Amino acid sequence: MNAALSIDGLEVVFDRFRALKGVSLEVKSGESFGLVGESGSGKSTLLRAIAGLAPAVSGTIAVNGKRLGTRRDKAFYREVQMVFQDPYGSLHPRQTVDRLLQEPLAIHGFADSEKRIQRALDEVGLGTGFRFRYSHQLSGGQRQRVAIARALILEPSILLLDEPTSALDASVQAEVLNLLEEIRRRRKLTFLMVSHDLAIITHMCERLMVMQDGEAVENLTAAQLVGHRVTKDYTRNLLRASDGFVRTA
Amino acid sequence: MSTLLDVDDLRVTFPTRTGLIEAVRGVSFSLGRERLGIVGESGSGKSQTGRAIMGLTPPQAEVTARKLAFDGIDLLAASPRDRRALRGKRIAMILQDPKYSLDPVMSIGRQIVETLRTHEKVGKAEARDRALAMLEAVQIRDPARVFDLHPHEVSGGMGQRAMIAMMLIAGPEMMIADEPTSALDVTVQLDVLNILDKLVSERGMGLIFISHDLRLVCSFCDRVIVMYAGKVVEQIKASELRDAQHPYTRGLLNCMPRIGFERHPLPVLDRKPEWAA
Repeated sequence: MNAALSIDGLEVVFDRFRALKGVSLEVKSGESFGLVGESGSGKSTLLRAIAGLAPAVSGTIAVNGKRLGTRRDKAFYREVQMVFQDPYGSLHPRQTVDRLLQEPLAIHGFADSEKRIQRALDEVGLGTGFRFRYSHQLSGGQRQRVAIARALILEPSILLLDEPTSALDASVQAEVLNLLEEIRRRRKLTFLMVSHDLAIITHMCERLMVMQDGEAVENLTAAQLVGHRVTKDYTRNLLRASDGFVRTA
Repeated sequence: MSTLLDVDDLRVTFPTRTGLIEAVRGVSFSLGRERLGIVGESGSGKSQTGRAIMGLTPPQAEVTARKLAFDGIDLLAASPRDRRALRGKRIAMILQDPKYSLDPVMSIGRQIVETLRTHEKVGKAEARDRALAMLEAVQIRDPARVFDLHPHEVSGGMGQRAMIAMMLIAGPEMMIADEPTSALDVTVQLDVLNILDKLVSERGMGLIFISHDLRLVCSFCDRVIVMYAGKVVEQIKASELRDAQHPYTRGLLNCMPRIGFERHPLPVLDRKPEWAA
């Protein structure tokens, strides 16, 4: 199978701070790949660098075999879309859902926007009743559904998911994760998903990369992680932490 | 076990344009020197319960209760002055996100000293020493350096420890922790919980731990109250959580992905209107 996304020696520097220190990664087409690590490990920066939101100083990124330049063109955003962590911050507060979904369609010159908006809202389980609401009239879970609808409306093949459920309640998180899984199955999408929660990553992804301080610690399959067959202490620590609190006598 | 806090039929009502909204609808419980968890989704009234006890309900809202007493003091009848004296001194509260709940233009050390000197007559030098000792107690490695830092210069975990230090410096008897670890990484989360756990057991404090993460709460608390739509739907000992009766409690337990338990799709809550009745 060919690679949907291949990254080689990617380096991102903010002022003098090296946020990513030569990270390489390959995500196969149709695969769901997870990035795990603590805050500051560079996992979100990697995602943002792919989307063109963080400055890459060296290294290459290729999408579907095509190498990207420093500027992303329109065709790139037809293929790759991103869903952000905070559903409260990522939707325009003064635009209705309809207007929000209209925007990408207008940019890319789609004619049948009416049909597409309806379909996108149906697909994320919102229905047309939500179409003319503002984001402050929606709950966190509903907002994240709108953000997913906005990402899907251009029919991309790759979705970049930056902690899509960490701002949501556990019960709403389950709904959004189910929605993402179902959409991936139906549309045969490729996922690159960031989370600090190992349980979510093993649930959603087949393979994953553990990151620390801007570097890859190790690459694992979800099965290896579930079976605790990890080689690095850092990963072992993360695994222990996700077991929950244990009282030390 | 002596009762520290007695809550009977607590109600918090907000006036809105479309009528009254009851955020908390008749919550009753009592707290001794123990760890009590309050769990529920957003909008279940768990935070408003904590805030009402603390006296931080917004002025337009109305708080009523048959009884709301802390150590025999009727909190609803107490004057604002008396409540101020209690708040921070005998009852403390830790908030969710240190980024928003610490003063951004004041150094961490000064904020801690301010709390201490509001409640106790101590000299500057002594206050500083005690603040440094407190920072050390919450496992900040270099307290003298952190003392002079501003909140934006420290990480989330460090900020949360600083807030715990600030809350503990006056030696409270009861602490309300409102999602104290939700904004933190899993590993840092455990560090913070360990610190809280140690301090609570060493000082014999009463702790109310508010969270939406039922699993975490159960591993940490002795007893758990589950709230839905402003009401308590179930009270259960943490050790007996496996035998939870209410479908909402069971739903909350089941809906989280767990390592080693493959379930596709995840079970979701099927909310029933009669739960809210």
